[in-house]
Amino acid sequence: MTHHLDGNVLAGALSEIFTADVTTARGRCAGCGRTSPLAEAMVFTDAPGLVARCAGCDQVLATFVDAGDRVMVSLAGLSAVELRR
Amino acid sequence: MSTEPAASTLARPRTRPAWHVATVAETRRETPTAVRLVLDVPTWPGSEAGAHLDLRLTAPDGYQASRSYSVAASTPAAPGSPGQVVLAVDEVPDGEVSPFLVRDVRPGDQLELHGPLGAFFVWRPGQSTRPVQLVAGGSGVVPLYAMAAAHAAAADETPFRLLYSVRTPDDVWFADELAALAGPTLALDLVYTRRAPEGTADVVGRLTRESFAARVLPAAERPRVYVCGSTGFVETVAGWLQELGHAAGDIHTERFGGLT
Repeated sequence: MTHHLDGNVLAGALSEIFTADVTTARGRCAGCGRTSPLAEAMVFTDAPGLVARCAGCDQVLATFVDAGDRVMVSLAGLSAVELRR
Repeated sequence: MSTEPAASTLARPRTRPAWHVATVAETRRETPTAVRLVLDVPTWPGSEAGAHLDLRLTAPDGYQASRSYSVAASTPAAPGSPGQVVLAVDEVPDGEVSPFLVRDVRPGDQLELHGPLGAFFVWRPGQSTRPVQLVAGGSGVVPLYAMAAAHAAAADETPFRLLYSVRTPDDVWFADELAALAGPTLALDLVYTRRAPEGTADVVGRLTRESFAARVLPAAERPRVYVCGSTGFVETVAGWLQELGHAAGDIHTERFGGLT
């Protein structure tokens, strides 16, 4: 059984990439179509980086790997993101 | 009532997270396994109730480890006075970060903080008049205590309830502060899972869906619900809330994993 947290824990890493707090943004899972705030994703922190998975279907939504002098970001599992102005 | 118009609270620009160097001003035993840290942070901009920060430790060989902690209380820096941040940290056995914070940190030590963080799991005064139900498991009470304190400080008249599940009376975090907040504007309800205070008639044991339903605001009152605790606690409670008819969008959750 792997422990997971939730998308709230992404706020720090994401703030180094995006200007707004995107944990409140709603993302659509490319796997099952579920739309929910990123804060509600399951986040695994024991991988080499942060892995956000859909709470509905387990699909990997996004990954963030901090390699010191650069950061690698994948949002491949999100088919849409809605940001509030 | 504050004369400050609610609109100014809502329109306040969100503080950009930044790195800060904190100096430990005071350490205090919170529970048998947890410590409260009072930090002086000369650059702290203040934070919303429920926000967290990332605390980073660097080993002599350069290895870094970072963990998220909820802010229990904070005051922004002002001319002539440093900002202050209060954290409470539970020791996770075999952890990388928490044993150091609980056992080894002393006044005068410096820590690196990144924050304030998190706009999802926050409560803002004046945002809504719907009642608020807080549900805490163990150390998950920290951001909810911050919300209850902010609610009292703002003299906000929204009804607040806190259901707080703890193992024993010795495991209550911010016990004195919560007791002081309890009253007409905060209904405080403690559930003891292992041992209740002597002389109380409370049944000892874990919450069940039925006992939970009897102790929280019903879905018909459309409360905004904030749940914080271990991942297992949060998922159980969030499941009950949905079964009891609360809309998913009204349930705000924050999980801590007890990872390290």
